[in-house]
Amino acid sequence: MTRPRALAALLMVLIAALPLVPMGGMRQYALHVLVQIFIWSFIAGAWSLMGRFRLVSLGHGAFLGIGAYTSTLLWNVFGLTPWAGGLAAVAGAVAVAAVVGYPCYRLRVVGHYFVLVTLAVGEVVRLLIIAERGWTGGSLGLTLRPAPAQASLLAAQFADKRIFYYASVLVWLGGLAIWRRVDRSMARSAMEAIGEDETAAASVGIDVTRFKLGITALSAALTAGGGVLYAQYITYVSPETLSGIGVSLRIVFAAVLGGMYSLLGPTVGTALTIALSEYLRVTFGIRLIGMAETIYGLALILLIIFLPVGLYGGLEQVMRRAGAVRPGRRMTFLQTRKG
Amino acid sequence: MDPIFLAEAALNGVLLAGVLALLALGLNLIFGVLDIIWIAYVDLVTVGMYAVYFLVTDYGWPLWAAGLAAVGLGGLLGIAVHLLIISPLLTSPPVNQLLATGGLLFFLQSFMTLLWTTDHRSLRLSLPIIQAGGMFVPFTRLLSFGVAVLAVLGLYLFLTRTYMGTAIRAVSQDREAMRLMGADPQRVYLITSAVGGAMAGVAAALLIIQYPVHPYFGAAFGPLTFMICVLGGLGNMVGAFVASFILSEIISFGGVLLSTEMGYVLAFVLFIALMFARPGGILARRA
Repeated sequence: MTRPRALAALLMVLIAALPLVPMGGMRQYALHVLVQIFIWSFIAGAWSLMGRFRLVSLGHGAFLGIGAYTSTLLWNVFGLTPWAGGLAAVAGAVAVAAVVGYPCYRLRVVGHYFVLVTLAVGEVVRLLIIAERGWTGGSLGLTLRPAPAQASLLAAQFADKRIFYYASVLVWLGGLAIWRRVDRSMARSAMEAIGEDETAAASVGIDVTRFKLGITALSAALTAGGGVLYAQYITYVSPETLSGIGVSLRIVFAAVLGGMYSLLGPTVGTALTIALSEYLRVTFGIRLIGMAETIYGLALILLIIFLPVGLYGGLEQVMRRAGAVRPGRRMTFLQTRKG
Repeated sequence: MDPIFLAEAALNGVLLAGVLALLALGLNLIFGVLDIIWIAYVDLVTVGMYAVYFLVTDYGWPLWAAGLAAVGLGGLLGIAVHLLIISPLLTSPPVNQLLATGGLLFFLQSFMTLLWTTDHRSLRLSLPIIQAGGMFVPFTRLLSFGVAVLAVLGLYLFLTRTYMGTAIRAVSQDREAMRLMGADPQRVYLITSAVGGAMAGVAAALLIIQYPVHPYFGAAFGPLTFMICVLGGLGNMVGAFVASFILSEIISFGGVLLSTEMGYVLAFVLFIALMFARPGGILARRA
C-alpha cells in the first residue's frame, strides 16, 4: 500500500469510528457540525465540477432550493416518500439546468454574463418560493411533516443523528468518487480545452454545448441531491437558507477557499468555513449580533487575497515545489487569467 | 381594473427606474473600466445612507450638506475598496475577484448589523405629495428622478469632455493598448473607483429620503443593479437607463397585477431571456 492510500484508509477508519468515541454531552453537537460539513462539502464539490472549468455559477442556490422544496412538498402534501421525492427533485433540478443551460451554451453566454444569468436564476427560484406562500410557506419556511416512528425509514427521518452522520459520509464519498471520475475522464480534457478557448475547442471537433450541458446537469443533480439530504436532516426549509445569493456565495467561497482544482479542496474549504462560523457563533452568540459574520467576511477577503489558489491548492503547490508530488498541468491552467 | 391604477403603476415604474439607473451608474462605470463586478456595490450605498441618516438626525446637519458628505465618503470608500481589495487581485482569476467583493458584502452587512442593529431607520421627511389627475406622486421620488437624470448627464459630460474621462473610456476599450501608449492604467482605475464610489454617495443621499435604511438594504437592490448594467451593455450609460426603465416598469406592473415578488420574478426571467437574445446589451448592434 502506498503512503497516500494508507493515509486515506486511516482517515476513513477514524471517520467511521468517530460516533463510537465517548464524548459525553458534546456528541450531539460534534455530530451535528460534522454532518453539516459532509453535506456542504458534497454540495461545494458539486459546484466545483462546474467552477473548475470556468463555469462560475452564483445560482446553485436554485438547485439546492428546488431539491429541498420538491422532496419536502411531495412528502408534506402527497405523503410521497423522500426516496422517490428525491429522484423527482433531482429530475426537476436537471430540467431547470437544461432549460437555462442550453440557450446559455448555445448562444455563448460566458464570463460575467454567465455569472449574472445564474444569479438571476437563483433569485427567480427564491422569489417564486416566497411568492407562492400559499403552499411553500413563503419567507417563513416549511417544516417537514414528522413521520410516526414505525415509518421512519420510509420517511427518511431518523431521531438518531448517527444515521444521518453515516448517510452524509456515504454521500460525501459518492461525491468524491464522481469528482475523481470526471477528473480522469476524457470529458475533463474537453472541458479544460473549452475553458481555455471555446472557438479553438470547437474547431478540433469538441461538441462544446454537449459537454457544458452535461457537466451542468451533473452538478445540478448532485446539488439538488444535497438539498434533499439537508432538508431531511434539518427538517426545515426556508428560502433564505436554501436559495438566493447568500447561500450560493457560501458554496462558492467554500470551494474556492479550499481549492476547486483538487479532490479534497472543497471539503477542506467547507470544513474550514463551517468550523470558523461555528466557532464565532459559539464565541459571540447572541451577545454581539453580527460580530461572527463580520469576522467571517473579513477572513474571507484576506484568504482570497493572500491564498488565491485556495488552502488545499496552496498546500499542494508547496508540496510540489518540494518535489513530493509530480508536476501537473492543472496549476499552470489555474494561474493564467481568462485565457 | 381601474385605469388610474395602471397609470399610477406606469408612473411608479418610471420613478423606480430613476432610482435603479442611479444605482447602476457608478457600478456600470467600474464594471466597464475594470471588468470586475463589485458584488458589494449597493452595500457601499447602504453605508452612505447611514452616513446621511446619522449626520441629519444626530448631528443636525442640513440634508444637502449631509448629502455632499455622503458623496465624499463614497469617493473615499471607492478608493479604499480599490486599494485594499481590488488592486491586489487585478491579475487573479475572475472568480477570486468576485469572491473578494462577495466577502466585502458579508463584512459590510454584518458590520452594519453589529453597529446599528437591524432596525429600519427612516429620515421621516415631510415633503409634499404632488397630486396630478387623481394620482399621487411623492415629491422625494420626483426629486431623485431629476437628480438621477442630471447625474447621468454629468457623468456623460465627464467621460466625453474631459481628459481624464477620455482616458477612462480608452482603458475600458483596450487595456493593453493603453499601456503601450505609455499611460498608467493604475491611476485611471483609482479615479474610476473614486468616481464610482462618489456616484454611490449620490445614490445614497437620494435613496435615504425615500426608503428606510437597514443593513440588508443592498440585498434588495443588488442583483437588480448588476442586471441593469449588463442589460444596458457594459459601460453604456444610455443603455443602462433604458434597461432600468424596462425592468422597473415590469416590476411595477407585475406588482400591481400579480404580486410584488412575481413582478421581480418576471423582471429576472425577462433579463435571462434578453441575455440570450441580445448578449451585448439591448442597445448593442449585433456583430
